[in-house]
Amino acid sequence: MTISSATSSLTGSTPVLSQKSALRWVVSDVLTMARRNLLALVRIPESLVFAVIQPVMFVLLFRYVFGGAIHTKFSYVNFLIPGILVQTTIFGALGTTIGLAEDLQRGLIERFRALPMARMAVLGGRTVADLVRNIGVVAIITVVGIGVGFRPHGSLVAYAQGCLLMLVFAYCLSWGFAYVGLAAPNSETAQAMAFPVIFPMTFASSIFVPLSTMPSWLRVFARNQPVSQTAEAVRGLMLGSPHGNSTWISLLWAAGALAILAPMATRRYRRVA
Amino acid sequence: MSEFAVEALSIVRTFNDGEVRALDDVTLRVPRGEVFGLLGPNGSGKTTMIRILSTILAPTSGSARVNGFDVVKQAAAVRHSIGLAGQYATVDENLTGFENLRMIGLLNHLDKGYVVKRARELLEQFGLSDAANRTTKTYSGGMRRRLDLGAALVAHPPLLFLDEPTTGLDPQSRQDLWAIIEGLVETGTTVLLTTQYLEEADRLARQLVVLDHGKIIAEGTSQEMKTRLGNTVLSLSFANIDDASRGSALIIGISSTPANVDGTVVEITVDHGPSAAADALRRLDGARITLAGLSLREPSLDDVFLSLTGHRAEDEAFEQDGDKPKGRRGRKART
Repeated sequence: MTISSATSSLTGSTPVLSQKSALRWVVSDVLTMARRNLLALVRIPESLVFAVIQPVMFVLLFRYVFGGAIHTKFSYVNFLIPGILVQTTIFGALGTTIGLAEDLQRGLIERFRALPMARMAVLGGRTVADLVRNIGVVAIITVVGIGVGFRPHGSLVAYAQGCLLMLVFAYCLSWGFAYVGLAAPNSETAQAMAFPVIFPMTFASSIFVPLSTMPSWLRVFARNQPVSQTAEAVRGLMLGSPHGNSTWISLLWAAGALAILAPMATRRYRRVA
Repeated sequence: MSEFAVEALSIVRTFNDGEVRALDDVTLRVPRGEVFGLLGPNGSGKTTMIRILSTILAPTSGSARVNGFDVVKQAAAVRHSIGLAGQYATVDENLTGFENLRMIGLLNHLDKGYVVKRARELLEQFGLSDAANRTTKTYSGGMRRRLDLGAALVAHPPLLFLDEPTTGLDPQSRQDLWAIIEGLVETGTTVLLTTQYLEEADRLARQLVVLDHGKIIAEGTSQEMKTRLGNTVLSLSFANIDDASRGSALIIGISSTPANVDGTVVEITVDHGPSAAADALRRLDGARITLAGLSLREPSLDDVFLSLTGHRAEDEAFEQDGDKPKGRRGRKART
């Protein structure tokens, strides 16, 4: 360590500013933050396990352990994989919750707020990073699904549309998870706060099982809640089966969620530091 | 541009709907090109002041200009002209040292190619080249602080806010950081430093302001402060509490400031240690009080506080910590 040499030439080089328009700065800052969050994902093995291994375990669990006892119109593996994909992308948004809570706890948000960066880049970078991760996870689960017998009958375009729909849906929801991450005093509490929402939304739905065997009171909730609508739409698109208005209903839910949750999270972010 | 790097006028900041006054009418003028010290215990409002000046927090009332820009109306311009580093060494521990500096450089809107060059330059200057490609999780406390300081310097800000830069560091790391800060000032950077250590303020800062419960209770050069305080603390320990209370009454007049009694230990600050000690011994001997011990030492921040406010610095720090609104982060109490 040669600190003494540091004192002699601290000014060093002359700074060179980059020239960009305001909008391009926002994009550039969001990407810088997203890149940082994705690097963290690679550096923390636990988070990679959470992101990839867990959904793979879910696939295997439902395909081989529970699947035989669940009766569906078409083969259960074809019913299951689109559902698991939807569940995985929604769980992926938990990354936003935990990441923001940790950044706050460590004081990183303070540092960002004193930088001349775009204000929305902290939240934008988080949600975009989760979106990128979700794209990767969707690809992996698709491959694993095909490996365990998943045979989507829809067209490739319809499959891509299904993927796009759930990615958009999860992205819009992630702003709500961002809010939770900013509201919680630490990352453990943030997770504890998110789970009571995320569990009924994903399990009391048509993700894993057909709704017909649920008690009627639950069925009403399960049929109409947004996650089921999204699962129905994605399943319909991937399997080339009719799925009513579920695509539009799911998109409406997503747009509504974004319209309410993004301003909520942004306002919380302004107040929090 | 104004001759001051920082000009804060009558800053008030309250939390919890006015229940907590973290800053109460604080006026600061920091001249360019020197280290200015903000001295105070936990909860005195130091960090709140830094957060207001670095645009993280808006003042409840009052106004502040940093490098000539208003911290509320021209926050973006302020952010372009400052660097912030602090006791929590807020580096991203999942990134390497290089990646941290690169990220901060890009978020400062510096040219991409230049950021790489600058990051390497800073790592080299702060003795972190060997650790450049390790995640900062593996860094020691001193290394983190240096990287944190490096991050604050990426964009060559003319003004640097250092919030308790050496709190919790070992003596060697502290010396290293002091040397770096002195080097920065030589090259023309203005530094606003907060600290709990009188020694640190004395070594680095030409001018000082002492904060207590959000109010300025003293200001001047560190020399003025010391003269005012007295140069030495005379500490007398007695055999029992009875003797201590009789003894403390007997030594009234030796010091111009009140005695501090803590159990069987009585402390006073004096200008000339040896003669004050002799005087105290004569008085106590006359009353047939035997001392269990006697010592002379340099005054600490605690002594400054005692002499200025009549209460000890640390007592109320935690309950009175007005720097964050209730229910915020679970971080340690801080100022």
